[in-house]
Amino acid sequence: MTKLSAAPTEPIAVKNAANQGGLRDYLLLMKPRVMSLAIFTALAGMVAAPGDVHPLIAFTALIFIAAGAGAAGALNMWYDADIDAQMSRTALRPIPQNRVPPDEVLTFGLVLAGGSVFCLGVLVNWVASGLLALTIAFYIIIYTMWLKRRTPHNIVIGGAAGAFPPMIGWAVATGGVSLESILLFTIIFLWTPPHFWALALYRMRDYERAGVPMLPVVAGKDAARLQILIYSVLMVAAGIAPGLIGLGGVVYLVSSAALGAVFLYYAWMVYVRRDGHAADEAARALFRFSILYLFALFAVLLGEHAAGLVG
Amino acid sequence: MSDTGPERIVLSPEEARRRRIRSMAIGWGLGALALLFFLVTLLRLGANVGQRAL
Repeated sequence: MTKLSAAPTEPIAVKNAANQGGLRDYLLLMKPRVMSLAIFTALAGMVAAPGDVHPLIAFTALIFIAAGAGAAGALNMWYDADIDAQMSRTALRPIPQNRVPPDEVLTFGLVLAGGSVFCLGVLVNWVASGLLALTIAFYIIIYTMWLKRRTPHNIVIGGAAGAFPPMIGWAVATGGVSLESILLFTIIFLWTPPHFWALALYRMRDYERAGVPMLPVVAGKDAARLQILIYSVLMVAAGIAPGLIGLGGVVYLVSSAALGAVFLYYAWMVYVRRDGHAADEAARALFRFSILYLFALFAVLLGEHAAGLVG
Repeated sequence: MSDTGPERIVLSPEEARRRRIRSMAIGWGLGALALLFFLVTLLRLGANVGQRAL
C-alpha cells in the first residue's frame, strides 16, 4: 500500500504538477482578443445572412464559436510554448510563465474543441459545426504544426483559419455556404497577411530569435513591404465588393471605400518609409489600423443589416 | 508495498484557493450548459409538445 505523506483530508498534488493557474490564466489561454474578433465577425455573418435566427440559437451559436476559437488559441499556446518563451510579445503567456502545466492546457484545449464542435452541431446545425471543426483543425494542424515553422507563407495559408468565423455565422443562419459568405471569408483571408507582416516588420528580431520564418525574416523587409502593398490592394477591393453585390448597402459601400483608402495610405507609408524609427512607426501604425479596419468594416455590415437598411 | 510512494506536496493556501475557484467555474459552466440544452430543446420542440398524442 502506498503511504501518503499528507493527511487524507489535505489537498495534495503530484510534485511539480501543481496548477497555479487562476481563471484569468485560462481566459488568456483562449486568446480573448482573437476570440472577440471571431465572435464579432461570426455575428456579422449571421446577421448579414438571409433569414432570421432565433435570439437563443444565435446566442448559443456565439457561445460555442467563442469556445471553439478559445480552444484553438489554447492548443496553439500548448504547441508553441517553446517559441512563445523566446518572444517578448508572448513570453508572459501562462505556459512560459509556468502558471499552467502544458498537459493541462492540452486537455483544456481538446475538451473545449470537442465540446464546442459537438454542442454547436447538436444545438444549432452540423454545417456550422463542421466549419468550426475545420477552423480549429486548420489553425492547429495546418498553421501551427505544419506551416508556421516551415514557410514564410505560413500566415497566408494559415490565415484561412481566422477567416472562417463569418462563414460559420452565415451557416448558423442558413444551414449552408454561399458566394456571399465566401466573400466575407476572402476579406479576412486577404487582411491577414498585411496585418501580420506589419507586426513582423517591427518585431522581426523576436521572430528571428524564435526561428519563425516570417516573410520579413526570410525574404527581407523590402520584399515584405511590397507584399503588404499588393495584399492591401486586393483586400481593399474585396472589402468594397459586398457593397457592389448587394450584401452591403450604400453606407457600407462608402465606408468600405473610405476605410480602404486609409488602409492603402498606411500600407503605402510602410512601403516608402524603409529606414529607422519612421519605418517601425509606419509598420506599427498599419498594424493598429488593420484591427480597426476589420472591426469597422464588419460593424457597418452588421449595423446596416440590423437596422434593416439592406434587403 | 512501499514506504516512500510517489512524491507529493501539500498545496499552498493560494493554490488551493485557485483550485477551488477552477472547480466552481467548471461546475457553473456545466450547469449553464445543461440549462442551455434544456432551453434549446424546448425551443426546438416548440408547440409540438402541446400537440403530442396523449
